[in-house]
Amino acid sequence: MTIPHPAPETGPILGKLSLEALPLHEPILVITFIGVVLGGIAVLGLITKFRLWGYLWTEWFTTVDHKRIGIMYMILGLIMFLRGFADAIMMRLQQAMAFGGSEGYLTPHHYDQVFTAHGVIMIFFVAMPFITGLMNYVVPLQIGARDVSFPFLNNFSFWMTTAGAVLTMVSLFIGEYAQTGWLAYPPLSGIAYSPNVGVDYYIWGLQIAGVGTTLSGINLIVTILKLRAPGMGLMKMPVFTWTSLCANILIVASFPILTATLVLLTLDRYVGTNFFTNDLGGSPMMYVNLIWIWGHPEVYILVLPLFGVFSEVTSTFSGKRLFGYTSMVYATICITILSYLVWLHHFFTMGSGASVNSFFGITTMVISIPTGAKLFNWLFTMYRGRIRFELPMMWTVAFMLTFVIGGMTGVLLAVPPADFVLHNSLFLIAHFHNVIIGGVLFGLFAAINYWWPKAFGYKLDVFWGKISFWCWVVGFWVAFTPLYILGLMGVTRRMRVFDDPSLQIWFVIAGIGALIVAAGIGAMLVQFAVSIWRRKELRDETGGDPWDGRTLEWATSSPPPDYNFAFTPVIHDLDAWYDMKTRGHQRPVDGYRDIHMPSNTGTGMILSGFCLVMGFALVWHIWWLVALSFAATIVGAIYHTFNYKRDFDIPAATVTAVEEARTRQLAAGA
Amino acid sequence: MPSNLPRFPARLRLLPLLAALPLLSGCGLVVLDPAGDVARQQGDLIVLSTVLMLLIIVPVMALTIFFAWKYRASNKEATYKPDWDHSTQLELVIWSAPLLIIICLGAVTWVATHLLDPYRPLARTAPGKPVAAEVKPLDVQVVALDWKWLFIYPEQGVATVNELALPVDRPIRFRISSSSVMNSFYVPALAGQIYAMPGMETKLHGVFDKTGEFEGFSANYSGWGFSNMRFAVKSLPAGEFDKWVATAKASAEGDLSRDTYLKLEKPTHKEPVRRFAASDPQLFDAVVNMCVEPGKMCMHDMMSLDAAGGAGIAGIGNVRQVTYDKFAARGTVDAARWSMRYVAAACSSPVMSNDRPDAKPVAPAMLKGEGLPHPSKPERTALRAPAADRPLS
Repeated sequence: MTIPHPAPETGPILGKLSLEALPLHEPILVITFIGVVLGGIAVLGLITKFRLWGYLWTEWFTTVDHKRIGIMYMILGLIMFLRGFADAIMMRLQQAMAFGGSEGYLTPHHYDQVFTAHGVIMIFFVAMPFITGLMNYVVPLQIGARDVSFPFLNNFSFWMTTAGAVLTMVSLFIGEYAQTGWLAYPPLSGIAYSPNVGVDYYIWGLQIAGVGTTLSGINLIVTILKLRAPGMGLMKMPVFTWTSLCANILIVASFPILTATLVLLTLDRYVGTNFFTNDLGGSPMMYVNLIWIWGHPEVYILVLPLFGVFSEVTSTFSGKRLFGYTSMVYATICITILSYLVWLHHFFTMGSGASVNSFFGITTMVISIPTGAKLFNWLFTMYRGRIRFELPMMWTVAFMLTFVIGGMTGVLLAVPPADFVLHNSLFLIAHFHNVIIGGVLFGLFAAINYWWPKAFGYKLDVFWGKISFWCWVVGFWVAFTPLYILGLMGVTRRMRVFDDPSLQIWFVIAGIGALIVAAGIGAMLVQFAVSIWRRKELRDETGGDPWDGRTLEWATSSPPPDYNFAFTPVIHDLDAWYDMKTRGHQRPVDGYRDIHMPSNTGTGMILSGFCLVMGFALVWHIWWLVALSFAATIVGAIYHTFNYKRDFDIPAATVTAVEEARTRQLAAGA
Repeated sequence: MPSNLPRFPARLRLLPLLAALPLLSGCGLVVLDPAGDVARQQGDLIVLSTVLMLLIIVPVMALTIFFAWKYRASNKEATYKPDWDHSTQLELVIWSAPLLIIICLGAVTWVATHLLDPYRPLARTAPGKPVAAEVKPLDVQVVALDWKWLFIYPEQGVATVNELALPVDRPIRFRISSSSVMNSFYVPALAGQIYAMPGMETKLHGVFDKTGEFEGFSANYSGWGFSNMRFAVKSLPAGEFDKWVATAKASAEGDLSRDTYLKLEKPTHKEPVRRFAASDPQLFDAVVNMCVEPGKMCMHDMMSLDAAGGAGIAGIGNVRQVTYDKFAARGTVDAARWSMRYVAAACSSPVMSNDRPDAKPVAPAMLKGEGLPHPSKPERTALRAPAADRPLS
């Protein structure tokens, strides 16, 4: 093993790019590449064989329908999840092997990329697309809107996120990814200590995706504030919409900080400024402060929408109104604000004074008060309910039992002297996986099982769902309990090899846990496949309301028509659909009018394609291509402003036909 | 226990296991069973905070399982109130219960954070063993290099690589820095960690109260050779420590001159233990000021120059002497390519030490509120004269 080679020379045509950039010396990557190519050819071949290109282009890629964009986000999240999980398995395997002089099977160069990519992908390209997709799909339906406020922007946001993900994936086969950890602290991520393209892939992947995230945040805020059905005051909004609103406010307020921080790092790397270098007045600690001022709210961006999901699920499956709606809303707002006052707890160990450390420690603990209140609210929603243990409710109970432990270890880490001994240890790793898997992922699985019938008109298979559930819950604890223990043994994170052979058993157990989780993921994929296969049997016969739902999305058909609601409903109470059902609401069956809708456009995908090329060119310093793709992006954007075919009307006749089909379906189901 | 009990007591049976967690320390939970007073207090704080939080976590988990079981749809006996969604009393309880716990934990946090501030000199070496006023802590200067650790003992005039020997029962004062990127200096058996950062100095105080062999490492990822940034830590009786110093001084490696340091600084990994004599008292300060290399301007000089208005137009081109990263990097950037752009200049300014006298040991009595007047009978004198000289508990 030799210490890595210096930076390549830059040529005029291909920049830093040369044949050496291909990782032909890494058998794992070569085999993966061959697998990806074969798989890719198979998929493309099938699409061509079944003549699906036209369908995909007109119905999906160019769509501005929030429902389809939501589904595409979820698919993106799922694909990236498989990549991120593959990284996790590789790390577990390396750490279970590398004892007693063994180097394991990964070189430092490879292993360091794996843990960096795992973190970046799981946060930016798995959790973010999942929650954005979920909010995209559900929020307009819950507030009785026809679409989001800016449908084209929505499509553009999705493709920008995808472009960022693609750029990150390209680094697997051309060049390398960052070897810095997921937040790329300088000076390590500076040009002097990371002279190759890894950090550049990191920067541009996140910057491109960040445009999408910020725009989608703006879009959803405006949608929630402006497009609510008449009668739905803020305090009559479903809790999921409330938590989505807060999460999007956090996105809009914090992602610009990430963007600015990465711009400064980019300037350091590309033009020789000294914002974060050791010398010439640079301050690496400034970067650490800035990145966590974004990074901590980001945690709440991820988890808040899922708190909303748990509220909806608990209320629906307990057959009860949500306990303490008002305190739930205020708890959410408290968390939103407090999330900006805690960032320093990520680096108590950088030498701040005791008073500063205690301030940030205590503000962190204070967040647990509204979070605790939320937990009690779910608890008292179950109290005196009639709880149906369908899959979404099972995930919710698993969440409640798992998340409290993660919350407890989080508060523990907020005590600065305790953090001095646990910071960067595997205890910390166990803690944040405990809240992100136990909170975010369990919530997503609850949400997917809950809203799948809404999106596709049939329920998910319960048998495979339960297998997946148990594998995940058991696998999670088997995988992460050893990490808690290892942390208390003083084992730190991001280690590739270990000396002490007595630690090995714990890593082996953790590895077994990861395999059980893998089985859970496998079972989930089987669940999707089986459900699609048996969709006729699993069909939702109730005409759109399989769970006896309470919020507005259950008032329309499954899947909802393009226009969501033929008539915009008028809201009188918090649980709008439950209220309509109990008051004997009659669905209007005539008097349909033309419905004004936005038109599809390919511009979002094309502009994002240009940005992807620009990102790639920037990574490799191919300056002519940067100029060309930048010009193309600008010209393309201006050209799109002259597109006057932006909208159309769904004729009343079409609406009538769709709604009459539903009338017949409802009559047959009744 | 009868086997037909519902699920929830069955789960509760696991709880004593949690209480048994400290017993696991026999199998190496060094964080909870360390060999130094500071780390021990930190470990105890973990246990205390956990117990405090379990006061609310356990009832919540138990209630979750109980409600999930009691109000299952198949149990038609249970009360069902679909429209019940508010109770002011309950709301008060669910907001105030966590609040109370956090008030307790917050108070503990405030006190403990100040007491265990790594920058504070130690007031005791073990419970009931205060540090006598004449005892000076042992100074150890720590430099994180790519990818090994350098320890300089200015008092003893020795330096080591990847080996840290310390006398037992004597307070240690670490001054910590780094040569290239961020690391974190961590000896779990001794005390909590603190970051080692280039161009900056951090401090840590700790003491061993047991002899033995331990391990230290970098707890913050620092690149390619990070995994092997481990070093042996020896807690030795005073006499053996002196012997160890004598051996180190007589080491064949010779003196740790600045040239030797510049060679040592180059990236290597799995570096074996090396011992040097160390006669240059200003080496560490030069490291912190990034001016070990001849011809470099020390940061403090640059700062005082800047404070005086800067070097004017001449300063724009003449940055070779204050440029650090571009040359000291891991051999990755062609120095010749960079240096063409800069004018080199000699710099003979003496190094200024960053070492300032430490604050006085904190009197925990004040933090715990002792000496403050009782609210019912205000005594102004008590406030003016806090019990600063009391023995530390």
